[in-house]
Amino acid sequence: MEDVSGLLWRVLAGPLSAAVVIWLLCHKSKFYTDFGPIMERQAAAFIAIGFLAGSSLFGYWAFGAVRDGAQMENRVLYEFLSAGDLMVEINWSLDRLSGLMMMVVCGVSLCIMVYSIGYMHDDPGISRFFAKLSFFVFSMLGIVLAGNFLMMFIFWELVGVSSYLLIGYWYERPSAADAGKKAFIVNRLGDFGFLIGILMLWGITGEVDFVRVKNQLAAHPVDANLLAVATVLIFCGAVGKSAQFPLHVWLPDAMEGPTPVSALIHAATMVAAGVYMLCRVSFLVFGSPVAMEIIAWTGGITALMAALIATQQNDIKRILAYSTLSQLGYMVMAVGLSNPAGSGYMPAMFHLSTHAFFKALLFLSAGSVIIALHHSEQDIWKMGGLLKKMPITAGCFAVGALALCGFPFMSGFYSKEAILGLAYDHNPRLYLLATVTAGLTAFYMFRCFFVAFFGNTRGEHAEKAKESSWVVLGPLVVLAVASICGGWFGIPEWLVENKAISAEHAPRAVMIAALAAFTIGVGAAAFLYARGATTDALNKLPVLSWVLRNKFFIEEIYMVLVKAGQGTLAWLCGFVDRWIIAGLAVRGLAATTRGTGQVLRLFQTGNVQTYALWFAAGATIILYCLVR
Amino acid sequence: MTFPSHHPDFPILSVLIFSPLVAAAIAVFIRSEGLLRWWTLASTIVIALVSLPLWCWFDATTAKFQFVEHAAWIPSLKISYTLGIDGISLLLVLMTTLIMPLCVLCSWRYITKRVKEFMICLLVMETAMVGVFCALDFILFFVFWEAMLIPMALLIGVWGGPRKIYAAIKFFIYTMAGSILLLVAIIALYLKVGSFDIRAMMGHPYAAEFQCWVFLAFFISFAIKVPMFPFHTWLPAAHVEAPTAGSVLLASILLKMGTYGFLRFSLPITPHATHVFTPYILWLSVIAIIYGGLTALAQSDLKKLVAYSSVSHMGFATFGIFALNVNGIEGATMVMINHGVTTGALFIAVGIIYERLHTRDLGETAGMGKFMPVFAGFLGIFCLSSLAFPGTNSFIGEFLVLAGGFKVSKLMAICTVPGVVIAAAYMLRMLQKVAYGHVNNPDHSQLADLNLREIVTLAPLLVFVFWIGLHPQPFIHVMHASVQHLLEQANGPLANAAVALR
Repeated sequence: MEDVSGLLWRVLAGPLSAAVVIWLLCHKSKFYTDFGPIMERQAAAFIAIGFLAGSSLFGYWAFGAVRDGAQMENRVLYEFLSAGDLMVEINWSLDRLSGLMMMVVCGVSLCIMVYSIGYMHDDPGISRFFAKLSFFVFSMLGIVLAGNFLMMFIFWELVGVSSYLLIGYWYERPSAADAGKKAFIVNRLGDFGFLIGILMLWGITGEVDFVRVKNQLAAHPVDANLLAVATVLIFCGAVGKSAQFPLHVWLPDAMEGPTPVSALIHAATMVAAGVYMLCRVSFLVFGSPVAMEIIAWTGGITALMAALIATQQNDIKRILAYSTLSQLGYMVMAVGLSNPAGSGYMPAMFHLSTHAFFKALLFLSAGSVIIALHHSEQDIWKMGGLLKKMPITAGCFAVGALALCGFPFMSGFYSKEAILGLAYDHNPRLYLLATVTAGLTAFYMFRCFFVAFFGNTRGEHAEKAKESSWVVLGPLVVLAVASICGGWFGIPEWLVENKAISAEHAPRAVMIAALAAFTIGVGAAAFLYARGATTDALNKLPVLSWVLRNKFFIEEIYMVLVKAGQGTLAWLCGFVDRWIIAGLAVRGLAATTRGTGQVLRLFQTGNVQTYALWFAAGATIILYCLVR
Repeated sequence: MTFPSHHPDFPILSVLIFSPLVAAAIAVFIRSEGLLRWWTLASTIVIALVSLPLWCWFDATTAKFQFVEHAAWIPSLKISYTLGIDGISLLLVLMTTLIMPLCVLCSWRYITKRVKEFMICLLVMETAMVGVFCALDFILFFVFWEAMLIPMALLIGVWGGPRKIYAAIKFFIYTMAGSILLLVAIIALYLKVGSFDIRAMMGHPYAAEFQCWVFLAFFISFAIKVPMFPFHTWLPAAHVEAPTAGSVLLASILLKMGTYGFLRFSLPITPHATHVFTPYILWLSVIAIIYGGLTALAQSDLKKLVAYSSVSHMGFATFGIFALNVNGIEGATMVMINHGVTTGALFIAVGIIYERLHTRDLGETAGMGKFMPVFAGFLGIFCLSSLAFPGTNSFIGEFLVLAGGFKVSKLMAICTVPGVVIAAAYMLRMLQKVAYGHVNNPDHSQLADLNLREIVTLAPLLVFVFWIGLHPQPFIHVMHASVQHLLEQANGPLANAAVALR
């Protein structure tokens, strides 16, 4: 067992040391002016990819150990914090769940880093980019391998800050800087629910370690309501990080970051961390039906809402962002609908894994298109006709779209089917909602595909577009293969060891309904957009497209609330501080003192006659009182 | 090689207290300004080095006061010269001695007039501050407590900004008002106990009503120092006008004396009254956390912003102290240390900005980071630390305080949480403006990045940010026994008996 712990250290150390080494060596120091800027770029990419490859190798080794049945003891590295009855250790958890997630993170990160060499080729800050990206991978692996709630929370926030840094990577653009800040603060909102949840759970069980909390809950039954509240609070963390309604507003804005970042962080890995966390604490979630109900509906609403908004977006990355929201909604819903006695969290994790591949593929294909358009056009209506100009990219995009929509025998087909089957068994209303969403997914993905790749070219940049280089296309092809075959690797069997359960398939009716939704969605998109449309046909439904284009006005409502709430409060505090406390109370006290002094001064004239007068007056009053 | 052990007759605390005075006396005779700077720097560094053995020699297994020195001073009034430290004061003494060299460094170029007087003020401050944390006789404590005011008021009033006289007087009168109540309380206690020894005053069975009066006198005195809402208005004024070193001392050390006073005097001497007033003080702390944060959000002067964030952070400290459990008090002590490290660093950073631009306005500093990447890196980490980011020091303190507060009242603990979200908002607002700016930044292309002196000033604080953030256990371990003992005093039979009387 000694070995596995050592391996995990190395898995984490890889990206972290890459970040540190790049940060120390590859900025614009004298060290690199000798070698010239090209060297600097290649060095940063080379360091990042090299270290990550090493990590992935160690990760695969640890993965192999899990496959061979090694069970990770809760080996404590060191005691982090112990005050009174609060005890936090630094320890790892390695099991089938974290093993799978670790491989997904390493695999997708590697592809995306290679791709970034091409995508970020002309960017002057490329070493900064790779340092931050490596730091992100480190934090993400930390979430995956954390052995207790507090450690997970620490890495959780580290992921948040690296996402903040990467969204605001092009910090000269105000929109990018604002998007970064928005992401950080919205996430923090959820995270503090998470933190209160952790504290509450600690209050209930007296532990923060995953294994010990689980044992404690199993041994001593506790108040179900209290536990449900704690679970929902912890779920708040997932709502923030996985961008579920009502905290979803940061994710579309996060597309201001470079496209590889969108692919890695805001599609494949970080945003899935919320779902992963729910699976990690499934012992908690499954213990509270109320919390599961809330989780399922949150996911369902997010899935449908995001899919509706996606149908009317025109920015290729934003379409994909809303699609990510929608798919994350699916995963969260799957957690909420899980059957603890049966497949458990398998459907959610299965979809998470396949989604990581095909969504990364879609984003990278979009990135390839953006490269071809010289980083200056993302509006699909200004593209068109790219199929002929960049066939490999178009093919990869089509593969990703098909996988996402659940085309038979591609990866998304299996994982979506698992979720739909679950919904069919447990909650007919959510099942209906999920099927409608599946249809909408097919519609908006193929709307995007047809408008961008079919018809005639509609913009000057699109005229000159040509296929990207192989350093860009290589990762695309790898991810395309993974998107096609992702369902055949046996991920369900990996997560659920009971063969009878993992081999179960959804009822035939579910499959037929899903296929029908797919066909209708693609058909509608083909009918409206495949024949060289130059404007959106939905413009003919003004109210609907207006509402959808403005994303149900959720952001506007928030803006008003935040402005009114925070602005007023901050102003009020400033006012109270300035005028009430400093002004009235303190100055008032000072003024009273001064005033009293002024009045008393009148008596101290130094004039003997005046003193005599006062003396006489005083004596008279005393005499009067005595005589009376 | 083993570290030489502590010789029981070596008066290390007296040496620490009085060597700055000796250094100041020598500084009187130094003419050259350059030499003065180096002399002060060297002497503060030596004192810091001399204080380090305290950490090694300190026995963390006992709650007894250690390195105790005792000598008669004014026998007729039973006033003695008694020094000693426990786990809580140990950390504060070390922080004081370690912050001092940084104060000298950050004034290196900032102070150009009356350098000699400035340096002497700093050294006298050090004597008084270390003395406050070491004194075990109440009169001795009071002497140091008052002695601190004069050099501090001078630092503000002589080397301060445009409204320095106003700020100095406000600071002086505020703290003086508190001190008088403190003196009254000390005399009242003396009349009951017949000694000024702080240890004798602890555990004396005072009447419940008497305790309440003494507690209130203590409370006002310390609450002004912390400062707690609504006694905080002197703080922004003093910070804005004070020179960088003054702000650093104020934030890092002076504010801690209020919370230290609660821990050393209020809790153990008046345990019953503590329990009576706890709910009100907890709510005041909650208000301070939220209120300080919101006010900070509305500031455009960088120093004011950091000053109001201090109000918010110190709210966490008082919240933890009056949670009256191990997590809360250990968390509060960590918050005190962390606030010293982080806010000290932020004031130094603001000073660095001011030296270059002669303004602290958020709008005019926008976009500096582009031309000062090293500075932006430092500022970024200290901002994260200030918003209690996990992995940095403040997270440990605030997490423990929240954990302690959660045990006392879930409602109050939850009410403090928005404070942490607001902290993210105001710190990011500042960081983003200063480091990245917006579209129309003033031209900063002439700015030079940090020089070696400035890096050396900030780097030690950076080390503490991560050391405490990643491996806080040594710090918690060293105070654990003392905190445990303090809680026994505060929650012990005397408190219960008194509560039963009500």
